[in-house]
Amino acid sequence: MSRLTLLILQLLVAVVAIAIWHVLTTVPVFGAIVLPPFFFSTPGDVAARIVKWFVEGTIWRHLWITLVEALLAFVIGSLGGVLVGFWFARQPLIAAVFDPYVKMVNALPRVVLAPIFALWLGLGIWSKVALGVTLVFFIVFFNVYQGVKEVSPTILANARMLGMSEQQLMRHVYWPSALSWMFSSLHTSVGFAVVGAVVGEYLGSAAGLGYIIQQAEGVFDVAGVFAGMFVLAAFVIVIDAFVTMIERRLLVWRPAAAETRP
Amino acid sequence: METMRETAAVTSASVARPAVALHDVTIAFRLGGDVVYTAVEHASLAVADGEFVAIVGPTGCGKSTLLNVAAGLFPPTSGRVEIAAGPLVGLNRSAGYLFQAEALFPWKTALDNVAIGLEIAGTAAAEAKARAESWLTRVGLAGFASRYPHMLSGGQRKRVGLAQVLIRDPKLLLMDEPFGPLDAQTRQIMGNLLLDLWSADRKAVIFVTHDLEEAIALSDRVVIMSAGPAARIIGAWQVPLKRPRDIGEVKLERAFHDLHREIWQVLKDEVLKGYARTGGG
Repeated sequence: MSRLTLLILQLLVAVVAIAIWHVLTTVPVFGAIVLPPFFFSTPGDVAARIVKWFVEGTIWRHLWITLVEALLAFVIGSLGGVLVGFWFARQPLIAAVFDPYVKMVNALPRVVLAPIFALWLGLGIWSKVALGVTLVFFIVFFNVYQGVKEVSPTILANARMLGMSEQQLMRHVYWPSALSWMFSSLHTSVGFAVVGAVVGEYLGSAAGLGYIIQQAEGVFDVAGVFAGMFVLAAFVIVIDAFVTMIERRLLVWRPAAAETRP
Repeated sequence: METMRETAAVTSASVARPAVALHDVTIAFRLGGDVVYTAVEHASLAVADGEFVAIVGPTGCGKSTLLNVAAGLFPPTSGRVEIAAGPLVGLNRSAGYLFQAEALFPWKTALDNVAIGLEIAGTAAAEAKARAESWLTRVGLAGFASRYPHMLSGGQRKRVGLAQVLIRDPKLLLMDEPFGPLDAQTRQIMGNLLLDLWSADRKAVIFVTHDLEEAIALSDRVVIMSAGPAARIIGAWQVPLKRPRDIGEVKLERAFHDLHREIWQVLKDEVLKGYARTGGG
């Protein structure tokens, strides 16, 4: 199938879905509207709201805040994950001691931490960053840990026979292997950074996409909720495209089949 | 032909200045609890400078284990390993090792894979790259410098591996069924390439294989190991074939067939024993 056909089919799905939504919310069937616009809004209202946001320019500040929060969460979480992952993988004793605690914290639904972070860090961006960090950290941590542990023993033996010192092993073997695992989870970790930011905003803030959605919900403004969701979805797609671009650059050495690794 | 068969003990004593010598080496692994698996028992083998020795034995007889001990990747349970510089302690720095499994760094290009051995030894990057480039040409991969391992065929990866090991100019070359996964034609081409490169500066070589034909065609001396566990060296034969050799042609010579028949008489029993012990696996 050519790219163009695929694109047309993909667009068709959106068009059909919106058309059904439009018909069910505006055209009466046997004298009654199936989906009351009060609960489901209409495509027209939602589109008008989105256009209004962009025309008035109010949305940019919120998008910017969410972006900053997600980026900070991603950078800090990744840095921490790489460092701790490396440390644990090279020090099995430390890993064994902390193992139950890592599992405990990772199993904790991160949403319950949001109020605590708000209490500690206030309602500004840092409480959202903290929430994102707790999500990103574990994904990167587990991947780097795995990446360092699962270096092929043959490659390690080869590196040793070629004369690598412990430090050179780090640089030429462990580091690239860990990074490749980290990059293979890039989509997931970036996605979680956004989730952390938006959920944090939703639970208490003064700006951001999560805040917009929460405000609209507070006054039963369903068009506002849907508009916020659509802007959020578009935002995520744009970020994901960026990640794909970066990934292509960084993982040229990997066969295409390996891209399915989680 | 029978006179050519030597006992293992004579072999190890008769080499004056060996590139590597294993004296009465036993290698055992603890499998957990009190279970001990003896892989190799009382093996003695000396390889002279410039000598090409092939070790042949049934699958799972501990050939690779013996090679790993010669490489210093782990010490023998008992016995001694000596290299030209004296007793071997830790890694054998004078050895290059070509592994059976994929051992190239997948995140480095062919050129960087070859250059890495020089770079970590402190050679300036530009010079290391230049020499790696010329080694790639020598193994027939000019123009493949910027390919990553996954973009190369199995045979091409082995060529890169060969260049990666040889660029460091090791005194001793250890090869663990390096051409095992390749198809028959590629193996023959790789064998000839190996002989070409080897004849340029005659390093000592230990070449492990389960293919007796390959062993005879390549080596000066064929060493046979018994089926494991507790495998022993049960015989050694000098190969009376002239060099330079072409692997395809040398297999047609009468002397090749005579030697093959003689060694196979001994090897056959061990192969059958090996199958019986592992259930044909």
